[in-house]
Amino acid sequence: MSSFPWLTVLMVVPVVGAVVVAALPASKAGRAKQIAMGTSLLTLVLGILAALAYRSATTTGQFRLAEVHSWIPQFGVSWALGVDGIALALILMALVLTPVCILAAWHDVPEGGAREKYYFALILVLLAFMVGVFAATDVFLFYVFFEAMLIPVYFLIGSYGGDRRQYAAMKFLLFSLAGGLVMLVAVIALYQYGPGGSQGFLIERLTGIHFSHTAGRLMWLGFFIAFAVKAPMWPFHTWLPDAATEAKPATATLLVGVLDKVGTFGMIRFCLQIFPEASRWATPVVLVLAVISVLYGALLAIGSTDIMRLIAFTSVSHFGFIVLGIFAVTTTGWAGSALYMVNHGFATGALFLIAGMLVARRGSKRIPDFGGWQRLTPVLAGSFLLAGLAGLALPGFGSFISEFLVIVGTFQRYKTAAVIAVVGTVLAALYIMLMYKRLMTGPKPDTVGVPDLSWRERWVVIPLIGSLLVLGFYPKPVLDLVNPAVKATLSHVGVTDPAPTIAGGSK
Amino acid sequence: MHTVVTSLVAQGGSVAEASGVTSLAWLLVALPLLGAAVLLLGGRRADRFGPLLAVGLSWASFLVGLVIIVAMLGRSGAARAEHLTLWSWIPAGGFQLPAGMLVDQLSMAFVMLVTFVGSLIHVYSLGYMSHDPDKRRFFAYLNFFVAAMLLLVLADSYALLFVGWEGVGLASYLLIGFWNRNPAFATAANKAFVVNRIGDLGLTLGIALIFATFGRVDFASVAAGAPHASQGTLTAIGLLLLIGACGKSAQFPLQSWLGDAMAGPTPVSALIHAATMVTAGVYLVVRSHPIFDAAPNARLGVVVVGAITLLFGAVVGCAKDDIKKALAASTMSQIGYMMLAAGLGPIGYAFAIFHLVNHGFYKAGMFLGAGSVMHGMDDQVNMRRFGNLSGAMKVTWVTFGVGWLAILGVPPFSGFWSKDKIIEAAFIGDGWRPWVFGLAALIGAGITAFYMSRLFFMTFHGTKRWTDDVHPHESPLTMTVPMVVLAVGSAFLGLILGPTGGFTHWLEPVVGGGTEGDPVIAVPILMVLTLLLVAAGVAYAWLLYWRDSVPEVAPQGSLVTQAARQDLYQDAINEGLFMRPGIHLTRSLVFADSKGVDGAFGGLAALVGGLSARARRLQNGYVRSYALTMLLGVVAILGAVWVIS
Repeated sequence: MSSFPWLTVLMVVPVVGAVVVAALPASKAGRAKQIAMGTSLLTLVLGILAALAYRSATTTGQFRLAEVHSWIPQFGVSWALGVDGIALALILMALVLTPVCILAAWHDVPEGGAREKYYFALILVLLAFMVGVFAATDVFLFYVFFEAMLIPVYFLIGSYGGDRRQYAAMKFLLFSLAGGLVMLVAVIALYQYGPGGSQGFLIERLTGIHFSHTAGRLMWLGFFIAFAVKAPMWPFHTWLPDAATEAKPATATLLVGVLDKVGTFGMIRFCLQIFPEASRWATPVVLVLAVISVLYGALLAIGSTDIMRLIAFTSVSHFGFIVLGIFAVTTTGWAGSALYMVNHGFATGALFLIAGMLVARRGSKRIPDFGGWQRLTPVLAGSFLLAGLAGLALPGFGSFISEFLVIVGTFQRYKTAAVIAVVGTVLAALYIMLMYKRLMTGPKPDTVGVPDLSWRERWVVIPLIGSLLVLGFYPKPVLDLVNPAVKATLSHVGVTDPAPTIAGGSK
Repeated sequence: MHTVVTSLVAQGGSVAEASGVTSLAWLLVALPLLGAAVLLLGGRRADRFGPLLAVGLSWASFLVGLVIIVAMLGRSGAARAEHLTLWSWIPAGGFQLPAGMLVDQLSMAFVMLVTFVGSLIHVYSLGYMSHDPDKRRFFAYLNFFVAAMLLLVLADSYALLFVGWEGVGLASYLLIGFWNRNPAFATAANKAFVVNRIGDLGLTLGIALIFATFGRVDFASVAAGAPHASQGTLTAIGLLLLIGACGKSAQFPLQSWLGDAMAGPTPVSALIHAATMVTAGVYLVVRSHPIFDAAPNARLGVVVVGAITLLFGAVVGCAKDDIKKALAASTMSQIGYMMLAAGLGPIGYAFAIFHLVNHGFYKAGMFLGAGSVMHGMDDQVNMRRFGNLSGAMKVTWVTFGVGWLAILGVPPFSGFWSKDKIIEAAFIGDGWRPWVFGLAALIGAGITAFYMSRLFFMTFHGTKRWTDDVHPHESPLTMTVPMVVLAVGSAFLGLILGPTGGFTHWLEPVVGGGTEGDPVIAVPILMVLTLLLVAAGVAYAWLLYWRDSVPEVAPQGSLVTQAARQDLYQDAINEGLFMRPGIHLTRSLVFADSKGVDGAFGGLAALVGGLSARARRLQNGYVRSYALTMLLGVVAILGAVWVIS
């Protein structure tokens, strides 16, 4: 059983589903979403089984559930998949989010027909690539997935988005491609500097190489710029608000909740693991960028009048925290950042999807067009408040534990950065609470006949809020996954935690 | 490092693991939490039984607490504290933290206060909120509050305390904004949340520094490690925790939210914004005594904050005509006393908590009394529209009167036994400190007597000033019975626990005993001085607000009165210093982001677009120009090769 190709299956199933959905005859096009839902649920079940197999696996290397097949041996490229705890946690998060998003997107394409078919097929294709990008243990394969993911997202935004969808989709594509091309140069250079051979792109073979300073740093930069665009960090963030507000809420959720994590995940897997020296060299600059992102994203969120743009900016702030935790290089900060990536997917997903329900009812994304909706739709308002509180990392939600660990872990090594970044938590209270006040409180609006959450919509909300609450009080399952991976990767980086200061003071 | 950690664990293990009824302590939190969940998730189906269920679960929590404390009394002082390990909460890399409860004398004192007063206020709310269409939600929030507050005081680590700490903050936010169809109330709720969040910033960094210093964040390890840490670190931790305490307890300079918080329904003001939540800052300081014991400078910070706030609140209280805002100012001032006492160190900790418990009773009682007055006066809060209500509301008048005597510190009412001790303790020490802080506490007592008497006389005595369409009447039994119970507590609690030394003796194993010291003024003289000042305050209030008629429109008043009416311009200062610059910063960033950062990329795109438009012109279809381009290319390559080789 240990040789069962779990990860390939996790990619093949959604692709098969996508093909089936896309090939439906016009008369059966209405079945598309059911099939898509079924496929995504099946993938989730397979993912859980894979996680169980992961836990019982006895492999000693960095990656479990590993598969290595020769793909283009002449260039050293392999079809190599495998996961450590961080990758597995992110894959599981994507697997949970996808059916939730499909459920939220149930009526996204009211005109039906071929357009509806392709919409759900694209989501399934995206799911396959999301699994692939986190599972790839071959640098070149990772790059392929990294770029291939752009295609379904481009169409999801550009064909199904709002009024300025073309602009937003093109902007997204150009930013990502630009970052990706820089990375491609670094990927090719990495092969040149690596051991070469028919498996020369395997991460395991590229770890622990001593590069010359200039080469290492240049390659590090190539990877980092791509990831910083993806994550997105200030000042490469400007594509995100446009993409998030023009995309359908489900697309925005997958985009911000999962795809952007490739950036922060890549920083751990590639920047730090393969180029520890260059990472140390760049750390001061990265920390500054991260802290700027935290504050800048939060301030811009406070100033936003478009709900979706606001949520997108909160993510800029949150990604700042994640990067901060990563580059503080402490076990606490890393565990926090890894957990943050999972929690952020659920919290931001909840915010986007519930805001989408609100927008669908009002026909406007402008915050001033709302007010008093708590009287109109109490369950919707309550759900949105819970999602918002998770977004501002209130204790009790998983997002608190991750943000807290990031702050505490960063503080161990970089006190100033932590102290400045903490201001972001106050700003978070402002952007969430001001938004909630403007949307939900005040006198009851004149609008009549606005329904509260339907059962379908409730089932979108329940798994997200439920996961956040469970992770707030019992994050152990995820942390148990993440801890060994953090330890293993940190040993590649060659850094140990600062000891508690009283250790020096006592005997 | 390894040896230190193991030694910490060994020392932290001096508190026995819970056995017997103490292992049920988790029920204290779980019961009201269950109530909140059922009421919120049950929807309209829970409308009918919800409020009663909430009341029942709150009392059930009290009973569990009672059983635990009875069992605790059966053990000797040193063996009373027990620790209950719950589950492995955050095992993250170098950060290892199980969730657990510390059931000791300090936390149980709070459990008793919170569940008893909380349950009484649940009962009171049955009457007070009986006509509100959303009362199910109200009771759900009240239950949630009780659960969060109990988690706060029972937590065995700073991180778990923080969960309760934010939980009560959320409950406070939800209840201040309970009637948020009024935008001003929604703003008040936001203000409370955000100002508290500023305080939390301090607490978060405090916890981060604790972790960086001790490698752990549970109370036992901190207590064990504190003697090894440097003075400067401990001072920094203490001051960071103090920022957190200032936010939650509405202490200077984070006091501005409390007055606005009176937007919430009055039972909420009684429970959250008087008796329990706002005292959490005092709890935090006392619970962190191992840090403050070893950091005199941090303690000085606490004392300064307490002294400023006790005078600040008292001055503001003198000028408010809104009965709830006057009581809120008084709460601030009284918590200032507790902070002052907590900052005095081992001589003050027990009195801070004692005063906190007494204050919980009499201030909750007075708030409920104010609610009863509003209930009978069509929700009027302006005291200039009250007057001579003693006849119409006898129970309210008498119970309020008891609370008034208690807060004044008239013997033998409860306030006397704790406040007098705080004033005495403030006069202990060397140099300038006892004089400054002692006099602040002493003068504060006089001002307290004035503003509380002003409030009492304006409401219940003097001439009738209400309009004819108002028909003041006594409130129903669900409201008056809790008021009577609290009044009995305000009258006798101090007498039972004070002179016998019962309370200080009870807390001694946790916070340590008071080192003996003599005040710079002899105790009997101090006592007489205090009582004289109190009498003077009462007499002056009597002259102005009982004997003389009270104008129905407030006179302009002196500059001091005007300033006090505006809360000493706290909002203007905050707006000028933080809000307006913040708004400008946000606006300019929004502008700069679209024009600057995004504009740069947009400009880049336009540039590329322009260049490609030119490049396109080269593709003109004429073979001769292509040939020319090729020729130029070949020449360039050859040239480059020639240069390189």
